[in-house]
Amino acid sequence: MSLILLFSTVLMAGAAWWLIKQSINVQPWVAQGSIEDVHGGLESWPPAKIGLWVFLAVVAVLFMLLIAAYAGRMAYEIWRPVPQLSLLWANTFVLMLSSVALQWARVCVRRGQMDGMRIGLLAGGALAVVFLLGQILAWRQLATMDYFEVTNPAIAFFYLITGLHGLHLLGGLVAWGRTAARVWGDFDVAKVRQSLELCTVYWHFLLLVWLVLFGLLFSGNNLNLLLTICGIR
Amino acid sequence: MSYVAHDESAFVPPAEVEEPELYHPKTFVGKYIWSQDAKVIAVQYAITAMAVGLVALVLSGLMRLQLGFPHSFSFITPDTYIQFVTMHGMIMVIYLLTALFLGGFGNYLIPLMVGARDMVFPYVNMLSYWVYLFAVLLLVAGFFVPGGPTGAGWTLYPPQAILEGTPGATWGIILMLVSLAFFIIGFTMGGLNYVVTVLQARTRGMTLMRLPLTVWGIFMATILALLAFPALFVSAIMMILDLTLGTSFFMPAIVAHGHQLDHSGGSPVLFQHLFWFFGHPEVYIVVLPAFGIISDLISVHARKNIFGYRMMVWAIVAIGGLSFIVWAHHMYVSGMNPYFGFFFATTTLIIAVPTALKVYNWVLTLWRGNIHLTVPMLFAIAFVFTFINGGLTGLFLGNVTVDLPLSDTMFVVAHFHMVMAVSPVLAMFGAIYHWYPKITGRMTDDTLGKVHFWFTFLGTYAIYYPMHYLGILGVPRRYYAVENIDFIPQSAHSLNAGITIAALIVGAAQLVFLYNVIWSYFKGKPSGGNPWQATTLEWQTPDTPPKHGNFGPTLPVVYRWAYDYSVPGVEQDFIPQNVPPDKVVTTSRGKA
Repeated sequence: MSLILLFSTVLMAGAAWWLIKQSINVQPWVAQGSIEDVHGGLESWPPAKIGLWVFLAVVAVLFMLLIAAYAGRMAYEIWRPVPQLSLLWANTFVLMLSSVALQWARVCVRRGQMDGMRIGLLAGGALAVVFLLGQILAWRQLATMDYFEVTNPAIAFFYLITGLHGLHLLGGLVAWGRTAARVWGDFDVAKVRQSLELCTVYWHFLLLVWLVLFGLLFSGNNLNLLLTICGIR
Repeated sequence: MSYVAHDESAFVPPAEVEEPELYHPKTFVGKYIWSQDAKVIAVQYAITAMAVGLVALVLSGLMRLQLGFPHSFSFITPDTYIQFVTMHGMIMVIYLLTALFLGGFGNYLIPLMVGARDMVFPYVNMLSYWVYLFAVLLLVAGFFVPGGPTGAGWTLYPPQAILEGTPGATWGIILMLVSLAFFIIGFTMGGLNYVVTVLQARTRGMTLMRLPLTVWGIFMATILALLAFPALFVSAIMMILDLTLGTSFFMPAIVAHGHQLDHSGGSPVLFQHLFWFFGHPEVYIVVLPAFGIISDLISVHARKNIFGYRMMVWAIVAIGGLSFIVWAHHMYVSGMNPYFGFFFATTTLIIAVPTALKVYNWVLTLWRGNIHLTVPMLFAIAFVFTFINGGLTGLFLGNVTVDLPLSDTMFVVAHFHMVMAVSPVLAMFGAIYHWYPKITGRMTDDTLGKVHFWFTFLGTYAIYYPMHYLGILGVPRRYYAVENIDFIPQSAHSLNAGITIAALIVGAAQLVFLYNVIWSYFKGKPSGGNPWQATTLEWQTPDTPPKHGNFGPTLPVVYRWAYDYSVPGVEQDFIPQNVPPDKVVTTSRGKA
């Protein structure tokens, strides 16, 4: 609960700052006739980019709530954390590589190196698929362990959270596929550049989400440690 | 801001915003069914929402029949009664009000009011409607599956929501949860559109602080919805998993019917936190668009600029922000730490400040205005009344010590119906009467509109005022029958019967509205482009109803805010937003 409150407060502070910046000096009732181009700053972004960032905010809230729910459940009864799966470290590494490959593609398209871009793009997608396969393998590993017990909330949360994260990556792969289908033969470089940029931002974001999830929840009982340090628990 | 000299020779080219590539439908199906035009999508949303809202209205009538005249209707059993309660609540809050305000009015008004040709992602917008429709069909399918729809109460609290013995615990609850998940996915598609359109597709000269308050209200409500719905989404998924796979997110160890269930260690309170983290902002998701719409209706029909525009915008944003840190006031009886109770009571009372500010500003806008008591204006004034009444009982319930004895009584029912059911519905009707001429090109019938208004307005008071007294007596909500209870006197039962009669009359009065809307579509008086002489851009379109693309060959350029009514020294009592300063016709006495 405290976690959600903290997060909400940060969101509110951001909104207040933005609003005050927009409106503190404006007197719409006296301003007449001024039609100077208002499309600077945020407004000069392409719609798809703003759309993506708004969507990322929604996804951030989704995972934030899951972490808060996880933290809330840790307080109940005897908490039996998920056993360590060393495979997750490898998966994390693969996801990082995937993000790096896409970033490389993005840099290449900026420099006009289309072959490098294609390699980066394909490698990024392939590595993301490897990550997803790795996650499924981790699911199966956990399912065959003695620890596995469906009513253990830690285990249920593990499947739920990794599942949702995987679904988001899968959605990203759809966008990736549409981009990848477009980069052969004669293509509109500006369009590909934008799609690639959006894909890369999304990939980095999902990597960040994964690092937070992995760091706090699945690589030991670090969330508990963090909350204790902060004095919340 | 500076004044820009403007003359014919220095023609300002319209928007530097890129002209979007519009989708060009060729067939009837492309134009009206699989349409990507925000205005058509808006009407689709509105018709679907009102159709399913009618179902919920009938359900509320059935509930009232049972409460007013218990044992008279054999087809209403305790099970069906609680199913009616559940479906009525869920449909009204989410599938009617949220969908109508954001999907309906949002789609229709945002592009027109900000001076855009369409939403920025028309295809996603179309998908949004079809996913919404699918969600509605799933929900309604609950009535036809074995066991019927879920009877968990609209809050769907576990563990009872998914335990055997609750009606609809096998099929109904799954349909409800899956339908909610789809609704949220569909809404997110639409919501991204609304936010990005407001941020990015405004026409030239339309600064954020020149937006009509309707757009501000819908914009903020959309942001709230985008950030709050994920909580409902995860809780729906977690509950589905508890039900189907036997996880224990929310399910504690339970002994039911003498044997131990498989669940253990889950936390029902966790669900309550997640649900109300969505549920409280949901109140403002419904009411912020209403705030915006009411501000515009009052300003237009009182021929006066809105009082304190900037303050109104800040209040909308402040309410939106605060709404995220008050959720646990719905959970005072769940056994929380007293310090948390104190915290949430404080934030709850603080939220009354920006809200009261808005009410003052509406009243001050009316003060010495040139008030036209048109049908939309009647609804707008009624909204202010009703919102104050409902809001004041909110102050009672926000205090922990007052809330505890009143919790789960009819007082709560009366409070939230006044503040987030009747008020937004009044705003919705006002908005429909106000924008109907733009949507169809015809006026609604004035007499029928007034009949509808007075029956609805007075009728809802006849329903909900007495309900407060029932609540103070301690009459519990959600009970199928409350007979032979010592603390409930005979007079309370008579009152219940009276409320039921009022409710049936109000329900029937809505048929007048339906008749009016349908009749006027064919036979109404032609309205012309701007029947209310309003300033905002949607009234300045070359065609009424606006064609696809909204504004003809060139986009309008905005020179002023949306509230230039009765400007001193100007011949007409309104100056549309797209009239340049040198085109304003002044009287001999002054200049604009």
